[in-house]
Amino acid sequence: MTIKYSKDHEWVTLDGDVATVGISNYAQEQLGDVVFVEVPEVGAEMSKGDELAVVESVKAASEVYAPVAGEVVEVNQDLEDNPSFVNEDATGQGWFARIKVANASDLDELMSEDEYKSFVEGLE
Amino acid sequence: MLNNVGRQTRPEGAGGDTEMPETFTGNRALNLETPLIFEQGVPGRIGVDLPEPKKVKAKLGGLARKGRIGLPDLSEPQVLRHYVRLSRQNYSIDAGFYPLGSCTMKHNPRINEKAARMPGLGDIHPLQPESTVQGALALVYELAEWLKTITGMPAVAMSPAAGAHGELCGVMAMRAAHEARGEVRTRILVPESAHGTNPATAALCGYKVDSVPARADGRMDLEAFEAKLGPDVAGVMLTNPNTCGLFENDIRKIADLVHAAGGYFYCDGANFNAILGRTRPGDLGVDAMHINLHKTFSTPHGGGGPGSGPVVLSDALAPFAPVPYVVKDDNGYRLQEDVEGDAAQSFGRMKTFHGQMGMFIRALAYMLSHGADGLKQIAEDAVLNANYIRVGLKDVLHTPFDGVCMHEALFDDSTLKDTGVSTLDIAKAMIDEGYHPMTMYFPLVVHGAMLVEPTESETKETLDLFIGTMRHLVDKARTGNDPDFFKNAPRYSPRRRLDETGAARKPILRWAPEGTE
Amino acid sequence: MRYLPHTDDERRAMLEAIGVGSVDDLFTDIPEEARLNGLLDLPGHATEMEVDARMRAFGAENLSPAAAPSFLGAGAYRHHVPSVVDHLIQRSEFLTAYTPYQPEISQGTLQALFEFQTQVAMITGMDVANASMYDGATSCAEAVLMACRVTRRKHAILSGNLHPHYRDVTRTTLQYTEFSVEETDVDPQGKTDIPEIGKDIACVVVQNPDFFGRIQDLTALAERCHEAGALLVVVVTEVVSLGAMMSPGEMGADIVVGEGQSIGVPLSFGGPYVGLLATRQKFVRQMPGRLCGETVDQEGKRGFVLTLSTREQHIRREKATSNICTNAGLCSLAFSIHMSLLGEAGFTKLAEINHAAAVAAAEEIDGIEGVSVLNDSFFNEFTVALPVPAEKVVSQLADQGILGGVPVSRLVPSQKDLENLLLVTVTETNSSDDVAKLVAALKEVI
Repeated sequence: MTIKYSKDHEWVTLDGDVATVGISNYAQEQLGDVVFVEVPEVGAEMSKGDELAVVESVKAASEVYAPVAGEVVEVNQDLEDNPSFVNEDATGQGWFARIKVANASDLDELMSEDEYKSFVEGLE
Repeated sequence: MLNNVGRQTRPEGAGGDTEMPETFTGNRALNLETPLIFEQGVPGRIGVDLPEPKKVKAKLGGLARKGRIGLPDLSEPQVLRHYVRLSRQNYSIDAGFYPLGSCTMKHNPRINEKAARMPGLGDIHPLQPESTVQGALALVYELAEWLKTITGMPAVAMSPAAGAHGELCGVMAMRAAHEARGEVRTRILVPESAHGTNPATAALCGYKVDSVPARADGRMDLEAFEAKLGPDVAGVMLTNPNTCGLFENDIRKIADLVHAAGGYFYCDGANFNAILGRTRPGDLGVDAMHINLHKTFSTPHGGGGPGSGPVVLSDALAPFAPVPYVVKDDNGYRLQEDVEGDAAQSFGRMKTFHGQMGMFIRALAYMLSHGADGLKQIAEDAVLNANYIRVGLKDVLHTPFDGVCMHEALFDDSTLKDTGVSTLDIAKAMIDEGYHPMTMYFPLVVHGAMLVEPTESETKETLDLFIGTMRHLVDKARTGNDPDFFKNAPRYSPRRRLDETGAARKPILRWAPEGTE
Repeated sequence: MRYLPHTDDERRAMLEAIGVGSVDDLFTDIPEEARLNGLLDLPGHATEMEVDARMRAFGAENLSPAAAPSFLGAGAYRHHVPSVVDHLIQRSEFLTAYTPYQPEISQGTLQALFEFQTQVAMITGMDVANASMYDGATSCAEAVLMACRVTRRKHAILSGNLHPHYRDVTRTTLQYTEFSVEETDVDPQGKTDIPEIGKDIACVVVQNPDFFGRIQDLTALAERCHEAGALLVVVVTEVVSLGAMMSPGEMGADIVVGEGQSIGVPLSFGGPYVGLLATRQKFVRQMPGRLCGETVDQEGKRGFVLTLSTREQHIRREKATSNICTNAGLCSLAFSIHMSLLGEAGFTKLAEINHAAAVAAAEEIDGIEGVSVLNDSFFNEFTVALPVPAEKVVSQLADQGILGGVPVSRLVPSQKDLENLLLVTVTETNSSDDVAKLVAALKEVI
């Protein structure tokens, strides 16, 4: 499964027509210790760029935007008790939500892992 | 989505460098511990003596309390000792230098405290007949007159309970004024460097916040501001002097532009201390400005409140002021308590009663003590002290904006780059040196911001020692031979660095008896 | 000037160090046309002795409830505050500390707040409380906003027997938001029911005891709210009542707000007071205001910090749960110290004394010809129906040096049918002699 990234530091992997979404390792490092993630409700319809989740560290709260449009079909309930998953395993256990992709072409606009790497280097 | 304030919120290491051995009690000489009050009670003790109740048949509608509440029972000396011990774990302006930028931690005179407790002032009820509180109403009226004269504004709303409440008052008056003209406006312009309360207030008044960038010199970008103006702009909220400690020198143009666009000018008066008696908001084109009595006029901060935030208003906004307010006529003073008559256009009521009377008394005592000459001297000495610090540190800490500052000096963390020592570390090391740290990481527009506000209360000796201390700490950070020195600071405070991450991940917000959770 | 330390020599030396010729050079950013030359049109500075006399003169023109038989309530109550309270809150370390943003040197304030939160949660029968709000009415408005966030609904029902100023403040606070309120009729008989709770209702707000002093069992209303997916917000304006009554939490309240002034805080002509806000654990992240939480320090010692601050304006800015920035700091400390002195035994006994004194006084007042007490139930405040307008009676009593109560018409001026109603409060501060004086004076003026 290939991972893709948005300019807002979200990552996406696609399994069939279901995309799993989280925030990048770079993003979690910038945020510091994550203390809470407000995940969307299952069944919510997202347009691309809608507020999908809010991730909170002690001193900051950041919106996470839907990198693809579609219906939220599953959310990561484990984050409620273990927000530290976002820090420890951002692209694994730290996933936020699964979205049934409405527009496969949404993914074309995202960056590959290498492209994202150079994008982040450009920010430093 | 990234916000560059992801600074450390969890202590590193286990604090293994403590040179001081543990004591049996956990106390350290004068540094005395006290358990939670709930861990100290013994049923049967009591801290008050109360008479026996009359014997009557209860009329509680059959809803008398049945179970225990769970409050602890202690004697008076136990309670006294508990709070005395707690108090000693606090830093305070009375004990030392508190250069907390944008908070104006100045001397709190004790005559103010005495006056607030005088018979007939501290003990009167808000709903007494007006004939029995003419002195109280006269006091509120007199304070209002002083505030109007000091600000050069024609009206003042006294009831807001704090600065943020004052902002709400001012912006609600703006919205009421627009609506009275049948205008629907949706946007409010707020500079990037604003206090967080500004956008939060605008949102509560139904406005969308449109952020205006700053210029390289730390002031609001006038061109960007002008470009954003339009018939849908309700007004601008601008702090002046601004949160970078700078006077917005285009303020008259800003006022003219927003007025020409049909909007109003809300000035956040948090930093009014810097310009007392040197200029008046009324001469700057302001339509509404809150005054933090707990900053500029010395009412005590009390560990986070209560504050008081009267709002001066222009002629355009005065008719929309909240009730109640004091009116003086031939029969003396009265309260306009309802939205009717002269107050028919009032936007409503903001508080249960008339305002923070206890704070009004203190602020008036402070103003009377200073008089016109003293008020002006306050601003001059506050600005003098800030600039003295700015110049005393500018070769070791970088100032992001050139030139003189107003009442606070702003530095960034660029001279700490690559030292492994952050603004936070410097602040924690200041604690060990006996200071309350300056404001950190605010304003957000400056990297690793350190905002130092000395106020007019401090002596030159205090400022010299502070400058010396800061130079010593920055020098120590830059020589780079002892990073643990900073990471493990503070060492001598009642507590070391606390685990804020843990507190937020698993919030424990109250005590509960063992075994109930 | 006694508060300003610099000598002229020091000012000159500092200006020289800064590299400017005069202090005016530090104010050149002020546009020239707006600079104030000379002094403000105000008197010059005054000595402490002069200020003392001036302030005392203001006080001398007021009739203090401490110096007269006083039966005033309607949201602010006179109680005896133990001397320890005022002594402690005047300690420099409490009085002149800022908000505890540096927890290492603010444990005193923080632990006191944690204890305050616990005390408020206990007496209201709720899980958690915040570190206080401005006052009861602003807490009430914040509770409605909070209920709208929790339920994602936009309307609230306010009982007409909620304190009129609480209704006013809530309406004012919500008027420019997407939320709205509807209000039931003001009903001194207490017979009006809350109408059907529709699917768009975020919360129902009721006061207990209500504005007229009547006590209600809210259990059934709580069930109705919950069946409709709404929250029940219970307002308490006289917290001493919680020492005698079943708590709002036991009746099923979701949010309890109140005015904490009765415990530890002087009347002070209406402020500063201390707003209480308590709720269920599951709504914590939707709460407004400051919260203090327990944690550990680097050495593993228990300590306290302000926490969950991402809800607040300084981080969330326009998306914050509230624009509130301060809490009632020192007033919450006064509340907490007074409550610690009272303890379980003292708090419940204080409530008992208040209730008994009020019951005894109500019987005497009810015995006056042409006068009747409306309430079947009450705590320490009840409604008296007079044969003539209450405002006039209160004014005549004041002329005799008696503060006889609060006319309902002062708070509900629009309703002519309520003009003969008088709210009378009796607390532990009222002697039997006070009551006798009131009864005698009432007989005389009506």
